[in-house]
Amino acid sequence: MKDLLDSILQGSSFLANLSEVALAILLLAIAGLLFAGVAAVCALVFVYVERKVAAHMQDRLGPMEVNTGIPLLKNIGHGWAQTIADALKLLLKEDIVPGAADRKLHLIAPFIIFCSVLAAVTVLPFGEKLVVSDMNIGVFFVLAITSFSVIGMILAGWASNNKWSLLGGMRSAAQIVSYEIPSGLAVLIVVMQVGSLNFGDIVAAQAGGLFHWNVFRFFPLNLIAFLIAFLATLAEANRAPFDLPEAESELTAGFATEYSGFKWAVFFLSEYFNMFLIGVFLSSLFLGGWHSPFGGLLGGFFDKGLWQPFWVILKAVVIIFLQMWLRWTLPRLRVDQLMYTSWKVLTPFAFGLIFFIGLWMLF
Amino acid sequence: MNAFDISFYIFAAGAVVSAAVMVFARNLIYCAVGLLFALANVAAIYVLLGADFLAATQLMIYVGGILALLLFGIMLSVKFTGVELRTGTLQMLPGLLVVAGLLGLLIRMILRTEWAMLEPGEFQPTTASIGRHFMTDYLIPFEVASVLLLVALIGAAYMARREKS
Amino acid sequence: MIQVGLHHFLILSAVLFSLGLLAVLTKKNAVTVLMGIELILNAANINFVAFARYTDNGIHGQVFAVFVIVTAAAGAAVALAIVLNIYKQLKTVNLDEADSLAR
Repeated sequence: MKDLLDSILQGSSFLANLSEVALAILLLAIAGLLFAGVAAVCALVFVYVERKVAAHMQDRLGPMEVNTGIPLLKNIGHGWAQTIADALKLLLKEDIVPGAADRKLHLIAPFIIFCSVLAAVTVLPFGEKLVVSDMNIGVFFVLAITSFSVIGMILAGWASNNKWSLLGGMRSAAQIVSYEIPSGLAVLIVVMQVGSLNFGDIVAAQAGGLFHWNVFRFFPLNLIAFLIAFLATLAEANRAPFDLPEAESELTAGFATEYSGFKWAVFFLSEYFNMFLIGVFLSSLFLGGWHSPFGGLLGGFFDKGLWQPFWVILKAVVIIFLQMWLRWTLPRLRVDQLMYTSWKVLTPFAFGLIFFIGLWMLF
Repeated sequence: MNAFDISFYIFAAGAVVSAAVMVFARNLIYCAVGLLFALANVAAIYVLLGADFLAATQLMIYVGGILALLLFGIMLSVKFTGVELRTGTLQMLPGLLVVAGLLGLLIRMILRTEWAMLEPGEFQPTTASIGRHFMTDYLIPFEVASVLLLVALIGAAYMARREKS
Repeated sequence: MIQVGLHHFLILSAVLFSLGLLAVLTKKNAVTVLMGIELILNAANINFVAFARYTDNGIHGQVFAVFVIVTAAAGAAVALAIVLNIYKQLKTVNLDEADSLAR
């Protein structure tokens, strides 16, 4: 990232003359807007994909009506502009805050969740040099900053001044806190094998093609670790089958019940962006990050330049498709089953795996 | 006046203002939100002091754990029989005088003492070195801390459970 | 303004400590007193880490700060369990009214 900035600075005399402070503020503003924009577009695409995937799995067609009349894009069809229409509708909707609700907290709660998810993307690698901040504690940072969303949910549930919202918020918080443990432990397995918390090191240790990826080493123990990590992060993103807190038939959208318009869109956006974050996170840790599965084929042609973000996005999309598939196939877990799964199934298995993989590594 | 100084002043101001909100707010939830921002700003100060692992630990444990616990505690102790969410203060003026005196004393002591300072070096990654200290110099406190956490877990879970009726 | 050095971090820590102490001394609600204690512990941690950086004692300050965080977490959990028990018994969390063992 630093070399990219240096080359830009040398090319422009205006930028080179700004003081360090003004430059820092400008960069932060641009980066922030860029990331928020990418998050919004990502969420739009994934909402559309989810609706289409859900529809085809349920043997129907999904949104087909909204195709714009722009000449070049007219013939794509399949209702591709549906989420753009939905987004516009949400932006124009009236922002209703319940009379006895706490207005300040009602306003900041969705943004706490959104900011925590957005901040975690800054350490994810999209290529060998394409990372915003190559932190030495990258993996730990992602785990730590996504735990901010617990507070956002509790505040959202509280600020709505609604019993069901409060219950939903507390259940969501309990779920996320419980599932942070197996997810952290499963990630710890990978960190233990690579010996570093840095994403660059972890991805570099998986070079060399399909069978060097972390999910295929120490077979089958790392595969089980991947499954534990996948389930735990699925629960952290409040996705089905762990989505009791936002189930419509149970608690009428849980902590987000009293939210409408733009603030609800922010909740929704952060959930889909969280799915994308988990996709890239898991693929960097377990599925080889930006390495191609072909190894040294054609002299490493598939491992260079623009192929790297391509592989990252492809693997993230595969994981996201798995998440959507699970949502539309499995029924929802009850809240006590949810807690049982976390504390009595995933956590002991994760501990056992750490122990056995540690033994294997020693011998 | 470089970026380090400005960051320090911003985060220090943020921490002090949030802590002041925590102390002087009447609404309990506003106190908790004030504590949230104070803890987050303290984590940023740790980053400025080169303690990267500690900053992430602070965020994960304090914000994601202890603060959620405090919020749950507030909500479970006020909601169900109409106990007020507003909290008053006792004897604010004597408290302010005592604390202001103590603060003055501390600041005078800080400014007057000749600390054995040296120029700080480059920022280094600290995780590996903290881990090594845990396993060599600080092994006994490490094991005792894990027993302490186990005891606290069992004790708190036992004390807070529902009565068997 | 002058260059940021050890003194700035120590003064910040002293200010946070006194704000935490003010919360412990003057607040009626037990949970708010707990929040003040957490603030005091954080102020002490800033001190530890500042000394770890600006003197040549190595990284021992940060190791000890991790122990402080762990102990604070254990203490907060137990204290909240006690507060909940007081609430169940006395139906109030006002510390002024929880001042005698006989009830």
